[in-house]
Amino acid sequence: MYVAVKGGEAAIDNAHRLLAEARRGDPAVPELTVAQIRAQMALLVDRVMAEGSLYDPDLAALALKQARGDVVEAVFLVRAYRTTLPRFGASTPVDTGAMAVARRISATFKDLPGGQVLGPTFDYTHRLIDFALAAEGAVEPAAEAEPRDDADTCPRVTDLLAQDGLIEPSPPDDGAPAGDLTREPVDYPADRALRLQALARGDEGFVLGLGYSTQRGYGRTHPFVGEIRVGDVAVEFVPEELGFPVPLGRIRLTECQMVTQFKGSGTAPPQFTRGYGLTFGQSERKAMAMSLVDRALRAEELGEPVASPAQDQEFVLAHCDSLQATGFVEHLKLPHYVDFQAELELVRRLRAEFFRDSDSMQEAAE
Amino acid sequence: MSAMGMLPQTESSPSPLRGGVRGGGGADGTVEPRSAPPPPPAPPRKGEESGSEAGYNFAYLDEGTKRMIRRAILKAIAVPGYQVPFASREMPMPYGWGTGGVQVTAAILGRADVLKVIDQGADDTTNAVSIRRFFARTSGIATTTRTTEATIIQTRHRIPETPLREGQTLVYQVPIPEPLRFLEPRETETRQLHALAEYGAMHVKLYEDISRHGHIATTYAYPVEVAGRYVMDPSPTPKFDNPKMDQSPALQLFGAGRERRIYAVPPYTSVRSLDFEDHPFRVQQFDQPCALCGAEGVYLDEMLLDDAGRRMFVCSDTDHCEGRRADGHVGTGDAV
Repeated sequence: MYVAVKGGEAAIDNAHRLLAEARRGDPAVPELTVAQIRAQMALLVDRVMAEGSLYDPDLAALALKQARGDVVEAVFLVRAYRTTLPRFGASTPVDTGAMAVARRISATFKDLPGGQVLGPTFDYTHRLIDFALAAEGAVEPAAEAEPRDDADTCPRVTDLLAQDGLIEPSPPDDGAPAGDLTREPVDYPADRALRLQALARGDEGFVLGLGYSTQRGYGRTHPFVGEIRVGDVAVEFVPEELGFPVPLGRIRLTECQMVTQFKGSGTAPPQFTRGYGLTFGQSERKAMAMSLVDRALRAEELGEPVASPAQDQEFVLAHCDSLQATGFVEHLKLPHYVDFQAELELVRRLRAEFFRDSDSMQEAAE
Repeated sequence: MSAMGMLPQTESSPSPLRGGVRGGGGADGTVEPRSAPPPPPAPPRKGEESGSEAGYNFAYLDEGTKRMIRRAILKAIAVPGYQVPFASREMPMPYGWGTGGVQVTAAILGRADVLKVIDQGADDTTNAVSIRRFFARTSGIATTTRTTEATIIQTRHRIPETPLREGQTLVYQVPIPEPLRFLEPRETETRQLHALAEYGAMHVKLYEDISRHGHIATTYAYPVEVAGRYVMDPSPTPKFDNPKMDQSPALQLFGAGRERRIYAVPPYTSVRSLDFEDHPFRVQQFDQPCALCGAEGVYLDEMLLDDAGRRMFVCSDTDHCEGRRADGHVGTGDAV
């Protein structure tokens, strides 16, 4: 006789023990340390920090270790931890113009104050597997850069353009506290700050695909990379009891300013417009894609038709979060016996009616 | 929820999370808080006053978050069937796996409550086990599988067969709270439609079912009208359960974590499944009783027994089935 299946609790426990064993892998191979992950999987750590919305390289590295290298799972761990942290307040806006740049390139001007600084980049490498890396060995030290006279001044390209009024000005700081989409449900239409927040923590692959779609004609913006800069900026906080900013430390950021076309309107002269991207750590792909999508999402504000997915803020904001997406897609793994039973019953009934009707049609024909 | 679940519980340990201030600038001047992730889980220590996970507040959420959720719940109760936006938190389980229900339960749970968690009607499905353990671990409260003993029942996809009573709260996990979502994907539009009580599109959809299939082809998440005003998604329960929502003595709360909405049906509120005069609402009928306990008029799961197509129909509500068998009811045990 059939007996209902029991023992879910024991099965779950055993599955989790098996997971722990699988995570560790072959015990004959030395265990990865968090410091190794942080130092040698740095871009992966950066991505987990960016999408996890938490600047903490050690925590991100630990999450990656626990998640067996699964990025979304690591982001999940970081986010769940972040939820429980108290909020002291907001920092003052970071000044990326004062960034100590490790990399800074412009695709719009051949040379400019501060110069083009390639920094550590995969660009122009030939993507040939380096079999020598399989044998661990020391790396030749990098060359030291010749100091430039203007190395201390590295103004943003968009600021240079703004001097001539060729690009729209940055919206002035209205002093209003920035929204926080992790603390308030998004109320559509969302303002640009909230949209940027969503994109900054959005899934890199999804944002990349959307940005790419604007280049292929789905919401075209005629973009130029005004500038990409990667480097460290100071974070300052104004404690209420002191009333002046105190430094908290430095964080590494990637900023992308996309310069895009705008033909002008009845009230605005022709000028370039901005798309903005900013991420924790070094992630040019994400920052660039973000700036493309940011600009596309400004279609309505700039009087352009809203016809493509990347221009549709409900579409973009509701679907760019990797945790929301993965959670809902993967929830299909959960039992759906009850709903499926309801559908089974309906399909059986519809099929019975279908065959009954076709039988009677045939009889009528005969 | 015992008589008071809505009142903020004063907890002895207001979120001692990681001791407040985290490490500031490191020697190299970068922000690298030395994080101290929570210690490994200790087994739940029932009976102890503090009986919950070390380092976390009672029922996981901090009191400020609970207050925010309770406000949303109160508003939802005041406007039955209306979807109240709330600042859903990122929970330690995935979106789509009951984070809305978990947050609602966490917000109303008191130390005297007895919690039951079901998924597909069963207490021992994996996700039900996981959520029940989560609360046992983070709150130390008593759990049960008996519908009659529970003060709060968190559910996914079913309403228990045993009639609920006053003082009980049923918390539904909701994936898509918007009944109009598949007719109109835009939130800005659907909010207007609700505000204007403009539900024509839903009736047209049901009518199109009838014209195409001869009857309404919606079998679960069947839309209902609450208190004569808002059209509401009952969550993906089979429509078999819809009549149980009407005039229920229990409070019914709905939590959608990913979509950030809470809604409610207060006790003794009318819940009407949408239909037409000439096509009245009907629930699923099963041809045979439960093979284990012989119950009729209950929702059944279909079990495949072998690769020859033999199957058996048994109660979806495991507690109801076990209770009946304990009372001496016996099914035929037959496959069909």
